[in-house]
Amino acid sequence: MRIAVVTAGLTQPSSTRLLGDRLAAAVRDISAGRATDAEVTTVDLRDHAHDLTNHLLTGFGSAALRDVIDAVVGADAVIAVTPTFSASYSGLFKMFFDVLEDRALAGKPVLIAATGGTERHSLVLEYALRPLFAYLQAVVVPTGVYAATSDWGAGAGGLHERISRAAGELVTLLGAGTATPPPDPYDDPTPFEQLLSS
Amino acid sequence: MQFGIFSVGDVTPDPTNGRVPSEHERITAMITLALKAEEVGLDVFAGGEHHNPPFVPSSPTTMLGYIGARTSRLILSTATTLITTNDPVKIAEDYAMLQHLTGGRVDLMLGRGNTAPVYPWFGQDIRMGIPLAIENYALLRRLWREDVVDWDGRFRTPLQGFTSTPRPLDGVPPFVWHGSIRSPEIAEQAAYYGDGFFANHIFWPKEHFERLISFYRRRFEHYGHGAADQAIVGLGGQVFMRRDSQDAVNEFRPYFDKAPVYGHGPSLEEFTAETPLTIGSPQQVIEKTLTFRETFGDYQRQLFLVDHAGLPLKTVLEQLDLLGEIVPVLRKELDALRPAHVPDAPTHASLVARSNELEGSTR
Repeated sequence: MRIAVVTAGLTQPSSTRLLGDRLAAAVRDISAGRATDAEVTTVDLRDHAHDLTNHLLTGFGSAALRDVIDAVVGADAVIAVTPTFSASYSGLFKMFFDVLEDRALAGKPVLIAATGGTERHSLVLEYALRPLFAYLQAVVVPTGVYAATSDWGAGAGGLHERISRAAGELVTLLGAGTATPPPDPYDDPTPFEQLLSS
Repeated sequence: MQFGIFSVGDVTPDPTNGRVPSEHERITAMITLALKAEEVGLDVFAGGEHHNPPFVPSSPTTMLGYIGARTSRLILSTATTLITTNDPVKIAEDYAMLQHLTGGRVDLMLGRGNTAPVYPWFGQDIRMGIPLAIENYALLRRLWREDVVDWDGRFRTPLQGFTSTPRPLDGVPPFVWHGSIRSPEIAEQAAYYGDGFFANHIFWPKEHFERLISFYRRRFEHYGHGAADQAIVGLGGQVFMRRDSQDAVNEFRPYFDKAPVYGHGPSLEEFTAETPLTIGSPQQVIEKTLTFRETFGDYQRQLFLVDHAGLPLKTVLEQLDLLGEIVPVLRKELDALRPAHVPDAPTHASLVARSNELEGSTR
């Protein structure tokens, strides 16, 4: 079982990356002992920021970016984590999902998560991330995980509980096997007579 | 093996001095390049078709007719002819006329066009691009092959008892290439009819086009036109040469950095590593171009993009002189590697010979 974590944190170390790591660890713990253990690939979009810009400008990604895209698209589930910028996901986060092929995430279980300075931004999950992944036809788990600065201190108990619940939901979804890859037009072409008569 | 140049016909400021050629200068520069292409021993000049600034070539057969009158050997082609927004009746008429005027030195490369507003300007809808390309080409083929056509389709006014004139020269329509950057449906169309398939190739990594071309080859065989390695493949390429490779890099870099398609994006080094773009000595261009055959198999037509990104005419003419030097080397190498059963690109003469053969065998 392959899990891809996509994080758009900009600083190093990054609380966004930290949240991604915590979510991945929770998924790994919950799925441990099942038939296949979770194998986690983490993508720090910061490392690919220039390649993402180049992809937007030229229509193709560098070999390194292509490998990262393949890892995310080929994963059984995705954990997507962004910092909150100007009441939404960050531009870097959106760029990654903008360069994926149509339907690349269709049916894929996705856990959405975000970080922010204060808990006042927590609805970014419901008003920005959830609609984005709904548009991409992903299957988003009911619980999104938002971590404000204060959650890393005294309030951390609540964060831990949300992480466990969301991770559990993702593992349950993984068992349901909802992802169906889109048909490959090269392996399974529409015969020309059919194109002619349609 | 055919070699040539293809031109988009963009009016782009020279980034080194800000000079912008007038439309008139750009049009006459394209003519000068086409004449020079024949002079240095190239086989093909292909002109783009565009209906929006900053591009000048909106009227391809006018331009190709003029070039045809001033050349004697050069094959005149397009890159591409818009099969979606042009009336197929007008394409049938214009290119048959061009065939007659040039003694058959004409073929076409059909493309859909990816400039969204051009579609509504010509009464069409870009979302119907594939169905338009399929239906319009089906009509174009009939107009060239049947003297009297009755037609009723989705996109065009019906035709009753229509004869497209002039009839194709010697009763043989121009050879058609289908150009596509990412649509398996168009490769499927080319394979179905046994037409050529041209992969623009130049702005993306080869892996992408490898997939498209091997698909076309497989489907060409599926439809019974021959073995996969006998399918008719054309490729784009993009070069800038100087005797000394570092001179080439230094001179081309400011053009690369601001070029309309990839400017302000990847570095020249990244882009040359990922795409066919070759900046260097003539020998380096020869070596890189020979790798195309290793990737895509034996192929029939190689077109180079040389006049873009604001390069001045004088520089581009120097590029053509250098192409004139390397093409005989490439031709010799590629012809020597090609097995006997792999055909050349069809020409008017070869198509007439084949049609006579078929007629002889049915008599």
